[in-house]
Amino acid sequence: MRVTVKLYATLSDYLPSASKNNRVELVAAEGACVQEVLQQFAMPAKLTHLVLVNGVFIPPEARPTTPLQEGDVLAVWPPIAGG
Amino acid sequence: MGWNRKVLRVNLSAGTCVPEPLNMAWANDYLGSRGLASKYLVEETDPKVDPLSPDNKMIMATGPLTGTMASTGGRYTVVTKGALTNAIACSNSGGYFGAEMKFAGWDMIIFEGKSPKPVYLYLENDQAELRDAGHLWGKTCWETEETIKASHQDPLIRVSSIGSAGENAVLFACIVNDLHRAAGRSGVGAVMGSKNLKAVAIRGTQGVSGIKDFPAFMAATTAAKKVLADNAVTGQGLPKYGTQVLMNVINEMGALPTRNHRDVQFEEAGKISAEAMHEKRPTDGKAHLVTNAACFGCTIACGRISKIDETHFSVKNSPKYWGANGGLEYEAAWALGAANGVGDLEALQYANLLCNEHGMDPISFGATVGAAMELYDLGILTKEQIGLDAQFGSAEALCKLVEMTAHGEGFGKELGQGSARMCAKYGRPELSMSVKSQEFPAYDSRGIQGIGLAYATSNRGACHLRGYTVASEVLGIPVKTDPLATDGKPELVKAFQDATGVFDSAGICVFTSFAWTLADVQPQLQAACEGDWSMDKLNEVGERIWNMERQYNLAAGMTARDDDLPPRLKTEPAKTGPAKGLVNGIDKMKPEYYKVRGWDAAGVPEKATLERLGL
Repeated sequence: MRVTVKLYATLSDYLPSASKNNRVELVAAEGACVQEVLQQFAMPAKLTHLVLVNGVFIPPEARPTTPLQEGDVLAVWPPIAGG
Repeated sequence: MGWNRKVLRVNLSAGTCVPEPLNMAWANDYLGSRGLASKYLVEETDPKVDPLSPDNKMIMATGPLTGTMASTGGRYTVVTKGALTNAIACSNSGGYFGAEMKFAGWDMIIFEGKSPKPVYLYLENDQAELRDAGHLWGKTCWETEETIKASHQDPLIRVSSIGSAGENAVLFACIVNDLHRAAGRSGVGAVMGSKNLKAVAIRGTQGVSGIKDFPAFMAATTAAKKVLADNAVTGQGLPKYGTQVLMNVINEMGALPTRNHRDVQFEEAGKISAEAMHEKRPTDGKAHLVTNAACFGCTIACGRISKIDETHFSVKNSPKYWGANGGLEYEAAWALGAANGVGDLEALQYANLLCNEHGMDPISFGATVGAAMELYDLGILTKEQIGLDAQFGSAEALCKLVEMTAHGEGFGKELGQGSARMCAKYGRPELSMSVKSQEFPAYDSRGIQGIGLAYATSNRGACHLRGYTVASEVLGIPVKTDPLATDGKPELVKAFQDATGVFDSAGICVFTSFAWTLADVQPQLQAACEGDWSMDKLNEVGERIWNMERQYNLAAGMTARDDDLPPRLKTEPAKTGPAKGLVNGIDKMKPEYYKVRGWDAAGVPEKATLERLGL
């Protein structure tokens, strides 16, 4: 299945060098969970702070059991804030 | 003791500057800055006063931690009745001006009356005098600061001033200090202009003395700074990317108000984001962002300093804008960008620079442009009326409208009245995305439910900094809550509102609360100030301030009907994103909030609540 992974802020360093607009499209195994896809990017766990699937927050404990579906958008940020 | 115990009372009608002792009984109940200045305003003015009349007062105030070793201890506030809102206003600014006021030996300056001619206040330690500002009237905030420093032969003078917006009663005029920091919201600059007060210039050389327990204070501030440094948000995220990092976050969540809240996601959000500010431009090979910056005493340094593209149409013939300058921060980038459908980063920075230069709140300005663009889209406003094509997404229109508003030209005069008055004039009041006539900040409350309640009940009109539930609903600080749920939000909003009152009144930046809780602030206050500043006391002070502000607004004529959101957010569901199909649940949350507050069904504090808080 095809999913879109978006890595923002300092996590953009973990994207393939040819990536543009903080995103990469990739093919994942059917039923792959959030954590499995994230592991492909070898990011330190403490940096994968804010994880959204189609805009919905996935808490750390649910990432190993939350399956992705065709066309899902997985977006990740390190600890950040604004105002 | 934290406080200097000294207030300067400036009667602009009589031309007098008279020192008086700070009311320490009130300081004990309201701490400082926002809380204490609001207490003075409540005691000394009629809540029904016309904000732009001489009978309104304007107070510049510091807190007990302003100017000290406490991290971010550079804040000051401007308290008055807001020109935009007709509600109590407390607008908070960083930079260096607040600390300088403390170094000059003052806690607070109370301005009353109206000067018969333009003046500025010059304050050098104990010496205070009103000086003629005829030569400054008409100058920008940037020119005013430069001129005052040059005339006094002192580059270390700190200046807060108004630009043409404040002089011309633009209702969202702000007061700018240190070139690009501002007491930005609610129209405090219009109040200052109505008093013929162009600027306040301060030079203080006395430092801060009288910290109650200095060893304990140094230990407490050092420990608290370590908390900020060790925290991933305040130690790394904010310095690196600033507040602008939220642009993509909020867009992904479907809570980025777009085209006057018609949409909740902006297709060009990435082009105006923090990440875009780091990318090299094709035109000159340079990144928009130059560096980050800090206000006085700040160990976070979230501020953005950027350099605009010299080839951009907005500035190619205006070299004065080519240098490194303040911005873009998230709120300005959103209001000037997504709110109008404009995805041109350089145009947003140009508009932001003009807001700083001429003294306008970019949130209210940008959102008012968004409302005008919707009126134009609907055919209610025409090209002839506005003087240009004002379609959503037009960077050219944005840049022209900011010039027209700053200079009070043509349709700019109508924009300068804010969206509520403008939309009412053209028969579509519901298209103003505001509460108490103040425009929304950068979060759509269909996608972040709690912030809708915070907007609706904010004592100074729609504002994210009166109860930043986004910290919890989006960022998980201090705990993650579901942004799409309404359950538990009344309690969450109250907790944020009361705690923020303490942060504001202490004289520190609310951004510390991404890492600090009140438990980190408490030891600093206890060591700096006389008296009991326990956690129980601080919680009570925060709640007391909120209820005092509420009482003022009720006495000014506001009712529960003013604690509401525009119909669009209650009846037009979000079209995309996680909140697709949802409206804001304000009608469910508001009665619960009133109960949590100890207010009756009409939003009036119960007698028992007032007695408990000593009001």
